[in-house]
Amino acid sequence: MAAPTTGRGAAGAVAARAARRNVLAGVLLGLGAVAFLDEAVFHQLLHWHHFYDRASSAAGLVSDGIFHAFSWFATVAAWFLIAALRRDRALRPVRVAGGALAGGGAFQLYDGLVQHKLLGLHQIRYVPDLLVYDVMWNVLAVVLLVVGLVLLVRTRERRA
Amino acid sequence: MSGHGLVGPVPVGLLAAVAAAGYLAAVLGRPWPARRTASWLTGVAGAAVGAPLTVHPDLRVHVAGHLLLGMLAPLLLVRAAPVTLALRTLPVARARGLARALRSGPVRVLTHPVVAGLLDVGGLWVLLRTGLHATGGPAAHALVAVHMLVAGTLFAASLVSPEPAPHRARLGVRAAVLVAAVAAHDVLARTVYADPPPGLPAEQARAGAELLYYGGLPVELALMVLLGAEWFARDRRTVLRPARAASSS
Repeated sequence: MAAPTTGRGAAGAVAARAARRNVLAGVLLGLGAVAFLDEAVFHQLLHWHHFYDRASSAAGLVSDGIFHAFSWFATVAAWFLIAALRRDRALRPVRVAGGALAGGGAFQLYDGLVQHKLLGLHQIRYVPDLLVYDVMWNVLAVVLLVVGLVLLVRTRERRA
Repeated sequence: MSGHGLVGPVPVGLLAAVAAAGYLAAVLGRPWPARRTASWLTGVAGAAVGAPLTVHPDLRVHVAGHLLLGMLAPLLLVRAAPVTLALRTLPVARARGLARALRSGPVRVLTHPVVAGLLDVGGLWVLLRTGLHATGGPAAHALVAVHMLVAGTLFAASLVSPEPAPHRARLGVRAAVLVAAVAAHDVLARTVYADPPPGLPAEQARAGAELLYYGGLPVELALMVLLGAEWFARDRRTVLRPARAASSS
């Protein structure tokens, strides 16, 4: 498919990919932020999690390692996407924020339901009565996800 | 124990002086970005400080050596574009020979990100999981140090080399390999923490593991940022010439 090389065609190409990029940048940013907060708050500040938990399995170690590596990569990639959007004058901050909340919330929900409960890779806190922590974790995740999705719907491109 | 043999400060210092002098001699009297020269000199210094540390039996010192010799120095040396400098400096016949050698099959295989990544991170796994870093004679120590520097340099070159490379792996492949290598580095650090290499006190292993984990992060982030910068520059060109981008991708 031959794309037009005129100025208008280039602008059209920029606009088309910018629509996707604002959401993608947000989702990656949200993922990175959740991972960073997890490390900063639960490991460094609260000490609920440790560098290594005796409770973690080999699968838990590997999944943590991949997640840790990917979340840093996602953060760096998100900032380059945002820089490209700014350069192309196509940055829509509210849409990025929507993507970030939805992405962060979706990941936290996945972490809370699949990793914590279904696979049992690790827990939020190692205490006997875990229910209150699980409920708060997942309710917060759903709130983030819903707010993010609302923002994304409200900032949707109007089809011409 | 450290500071002797082939990886002692004297032979390493001599090698570093030769490497620094050679680069400076090549740069002298030609237009060449100062940041590349600075990158080379810092890289050589990092390798010279790091190499003698790698033979130390204390895991914390050994890991500090790995961070300098196997991660930071390779990145700085690669970003100094020594091959480009050599190609411009050498007499034409020898420059052609070098260019031919760099296009050869073995070099292409060794500078593929997957191969280089396995050599680099895989070597570290073997070293730390077997306790090899604390054993062996001077020859083994020298081999370990050389492997660290060479594998690290191949890996950095396979990801973010500024040199012209006709067979460079696609950006997506390089990004995926980098994430996998960072993950493997992290998992290794955690297993060292949980299950110290043979003959190491637990306290020392834990401190070494945390240093490995957190100390590697700045270099890993620098690699990610360099990949991002390459994407950013290319992305701008695809906007300016969308037709060409569509036909080449």
